[in-house]
Amino acid sequence: MRVNFTVNGREQSADDVWEGESLLYVLRERLGLPGSKNACEQGECGSCTVRLDGVPVCACLVAAGQVEGREVLTVEGLADHARRRESGARGPARTAAGPGDPATGDPPAGAPWADDSPAGDGGALSPVQRAFLDAGAVQCGFCTPGLLVAADEMLERNPSPTDADIREALSGNLCRCTGYEKILDAVRLAAARQERGRAAPHTTGTTREGADGPGGPDAPGGLDATGGPDGPDRPNGFDGPREGGR
Amino acid sequence: MVPDRLPTRLTQDSRTAAGTGPTSGTGGIGESTPRPDGTLKVTGEFAYSSDLWHEDMLWGHTVRSTVAHATLVSIDTAEALAIPGVHAVLTHDDLPAPVTHYGLEIRDTPALATGKVRHHGEPVALVAADHPETARRAAARIRVEYAELPLVTDEDSATAPGAPLVHEHRTDHHSGHVPHPNVVHRQPIVRGDVAAAAARAEVTVTGEYVFGMQDQAFLGPESGLAVPAEDGGVDLYVATQWLHSDLRQIAPVLGLPEEKVRMTLSGVGGAFGGREDLSMQIHACLLALRTGRPVKMVYNRFESFFGHVHRHPARLWYEHGATRDGRLTHMRCRIVLDGGAYASSSPAVVGNAASLSVGPYVVDHVDIEALALYTNNPPCGAMRGFGAVQACFAYEAQMDRLAARLGLDPVEFRRLNAMEQGSVMPTGQRIDSPAPVAELLRRVKARPLPPERQWLTAGEEPDVRALPGGLSNTTHGEGVVRGVGYAVGIKNVGFSEGFDDYSTARVRLDVLGGEPVAVVHTAMAEVGQGGVTVHAQIARTELGVTQVTIVPADTRVGSAGSTSASRQTYVTGGAVKHACEAVRERVLELGRRRFGTYHPAWATAGLLLEDGKVVTDAGEVLAALADVLAGEAVEVERVWRHRPTRPFDRRTGQGDGHVQYSFAAHRAVVEVDTELGLVKVVELAVAQDVGKALNPLSVLGQIHGGSIQGLGVAVMEEILVDPATAKVRNPSFTDYLIPTILDTPTMPADVLELADTHAPYGLRGVGEAPTLSATPAILAAIRDATGLELNRTPVRPEHLTAHLTGTAGAAGTAGTAGNGGCGRTR
Repeated sequence: MRVNFTVNGREQSADDVWEGESLLYVLRERLGLPGSKNACEQGECGSCTVRLDGVPVCACLVAAGQVEGREVLTVEGLADHARRRESGARGPARTAAGPGDPATGDPPAGAPWADDSPAGDGGALSPVQRAFLDAGAVQCGFCTPGLLVAADEMLERNPSPTDADIREALSGNLCRCTGYEKILDAVRLAAARQERGRAAPHTTGTTREGADGPGGPDAPGGLDATGGPDGPDRPNGFDGPREGGR
Repeated sequence: MVPDRLPTRLTQDSRTAAGTGPTSGTGGIGESTPRPDGTLKVTGEFAYSSDLWHEDMLWGHTVRSTVAHATLVSIDTAEALAIPGVHAVLTHDDLPAPVTHYGLEIRDTPALATGKVRHHGEPVALVAADHPETARRAAARIRVEYAELPLVTDEDSATAPGAPLVHEHRTDHHSGHVPHPNVVHRQPIVRGDVAAAAARAEVTVTGEYVFGMQDQAFLGPESGLAVPAEDGGVDLYVATQWLHSDLRQIAPVLGLPEEKVRMTLSGVGGAFGGREDLSMQIHACLLALRTGRPVKMVYNRFESFFGHVHRHPARLWYEHGATRDGRLTHMRCRIVLDGGAYASSSPAVVGNAASLSVGPYVVDHVDIEALALYTNNPPCGAMRGFGAVQACFAYEAQMDRLAARLGLDPVEFRRLNAMEQGSVMPTGQRIDSPAPVAELLRRVKARPLPPERQWLTAGEEPDVRALPGGLSNTTHGEGVVRGVGYAVGIKNVGFSEGFDDYSTARVRLDVLGGEPVAVVHTAMAEVGQGGVTVHAQIARTELGVTQVTIVPADTRVGSAGSTSASRQTYVTGGAVKHACEAVRERVLELGRRRFGTYHPAWATAGLLLEDGKVVTDAGEVLAALADVLAGEAVEVERVWRHRPTRPFDRRTGQGDGHVQYSFAAHRAVVEVDTELGLVKVVELAVAQDVGKALNPLSVLGQIHGGSIQGLGVAVMEEILVDPATAKVRNPSFTDYLIPTILDTPTMPADVLELADTHAPYGLRGVGEAPTLSATPAILAAIRDATGLELNRTPVRPEHLTAHLTGTAGAAGTAGTAGNGGCGRTR
């Protein structure tokens, strides 16, 4: 059968789809979008998390035929999605971010996803993608696409999540490498940057050191090797890097 | 045939810069520089082995045995071959070479079963088809007739008179010294005078412990793509831990010289030991060579549980003695590991279990025996912690019981007996670098405890997410008690027992667009740990460059050894450093030739490469690298080895078998719903010495991740093998549970950096030590909360409620499988 649907804002159609094929198979094998991962094929691991009409689902459990005429967002479209969401939320004027400063490598001001991350990608990433890199939440990375889609959706609903909120929202996404500590840090960091970006959009990305200083509000707690905000205390013998303190 | 166009998305060079922004460091060692593969991983563009695609490719599928031990009577492939879209069906009879078996240490594993099958899920036949579903359906039409044989499932059945032999005609290098052909390897260690020391003991504690079978459960299933080549060889793109070890095992079975099997590492979705053995490598190559088409194989989760070895389940019997003032007098132990149907790395696991069985404690009088069995259970081999994990679970339980008997604080008792630099191992090896065991314990103990009753909120309803049972809403605090437990462990780093543990690095320094660029090429398997990040940091530190390109790992460069045993930063990091130093010497030589006459410092000063320039140790700039190289590139390949180790004596176990030791300690705080037997780990504090943190963020990632794998096997993770059939009962993520973010506590971490002067930059292998002590710390905390003995792990609700329900003995006994005779042969 033929299945027509929208993926990451683009109309797509897949031909010769078997009745038993999952949305995940169609995305990965027919549409060339392998970012969504297959780790269990039974909805336990969340590695294939995509959004179907805005709702996070395990693409392995959605029959391809079910997506006819609907909208799917995958990790490949996450940065665009975040950019559109920000411009929608903050008005068209703010989408006109100026060019970054080539001398310093600073990203353009006014784009909250273009924070001054050491990832140095020139602002092509969404805030949550960038935060995963900065917080050390990516190791093997196989769970990462699903976690990013789930975390981004949670931050859309709940811009200021508590740690318990984050844990609950991401409890359908297994990670075997990180022990989740840095994933928590990453989501906290993304939330803090998002909040700050909305509070002071025109200065985002240029005032971090001045405004926050080392260990400021966007410091992912675990970067100083403690348990983070829900850990009991912070400093110890390990002088790890701190956001803002590079 | 050779495809018209090159495979797409097969490999990616990772270009990496030191960082951006004016406040960035140099991106050298000691900084938390970003991963070179990070951006690709967060955008979904990183090509894992399961993402590979090739024009005209077929999909391979494995037919696996449905019984654990049986004679293969017949295999009928006709019906499968007749299905449209099926291109090949292969059985053992189709193997092209005289060599039909492979194995890491002992070549005992058939590429496809012949004569009989020895475990549930053993590969019997292969299918290649044009759609994965066609391949699966064809596989289901292959008719395999089995005549079942009696099972060997534990030590009793394996060593009973007349026991069926799992491997009938052993000729391997361990077969001559084992007490029974169903014992893969046995390692005793004797030191001191145990009988005399036992007589001096004022308190003696004995215990029997059971450790369940844990799965690595890496998230990216076994997968790869084999592409037939014009020269009759094959190009294999695969996720593995050790390319060259794979190659050594694959090529003979294909009947090809090694140079005709070209391997490239694909994106690896985690490993943890489970990719040290072969899975689909030979199979995909066989199908590709047979069909002349590229063949992709991807296991699903069900198959993955059969596709790799697991952590050895173990029975451990321990006896410790101590004087009233808290000094250990002696230790006797017997560790029986179930190696399953094939040897895999069982001999090395035995060596580790034996040599690390006393833990990080000074005990002068020991009598130790460790062995691994051949059984019809699933094969077991490498998993993070590798023999040291099982022992740590048992000896730490013993430490708590001894402390309790002596009326001593469990941490104080451990510190009284803790080893330190200069202490002697049971093998006679003297610890020649820092061993801050007492300090690690002190640090986890000194932390303030997390607040009690964190589920209480400002409102009337408790936050059930902070309670045992969580969102199942099973308790609002009734019946919930807290417990605190401690543990510390010791793990060796690197390959041991005389193994030639080396790595190879090729480093090139070039000038591109006016800027110096270092290109680092190794065969190291990046499995998520961040080795590629560290290689770039080392190159920056040694060569004073900003831009580093990491070439994809492949077999066009010499072996890097395995990404296991906490060894890659040490050994391949060491090789990269060594190669960079050689490149630097050549660059300086070039500089002396070109500019030496212009400035005396070229001949007289200590010279460094910094910030793209040659500078003197006093900071004077002599030349830009671009001018020194003047269009010439400098490339060097170097092999690097750590200090040699020695085999353990077969009879006494004496010998300097390990090159380095690694230590971590945990404090676990748990809350237990004593009525339902549900456990919530509230906090898992950890302290570890890492020698030198080359990338602090990555170090923390290893410590946290390792700790949670230890948590998993404390309270949830176990492959259940039916003792009556030796079949796996829970091969799925529905039935084999790994921790979610809701199961995971906060993990405050304390990282010490006490240099090991024998290691590059003073570093100490990081990856495994935290997996050891997390499990016994959590068990100790559960015992503290409940007062139960709990001699097995993982702990399940029925173990915590048996005393309430009257279930016979489950809480206190070592296990339910019936073999209570762990110490019986003594």
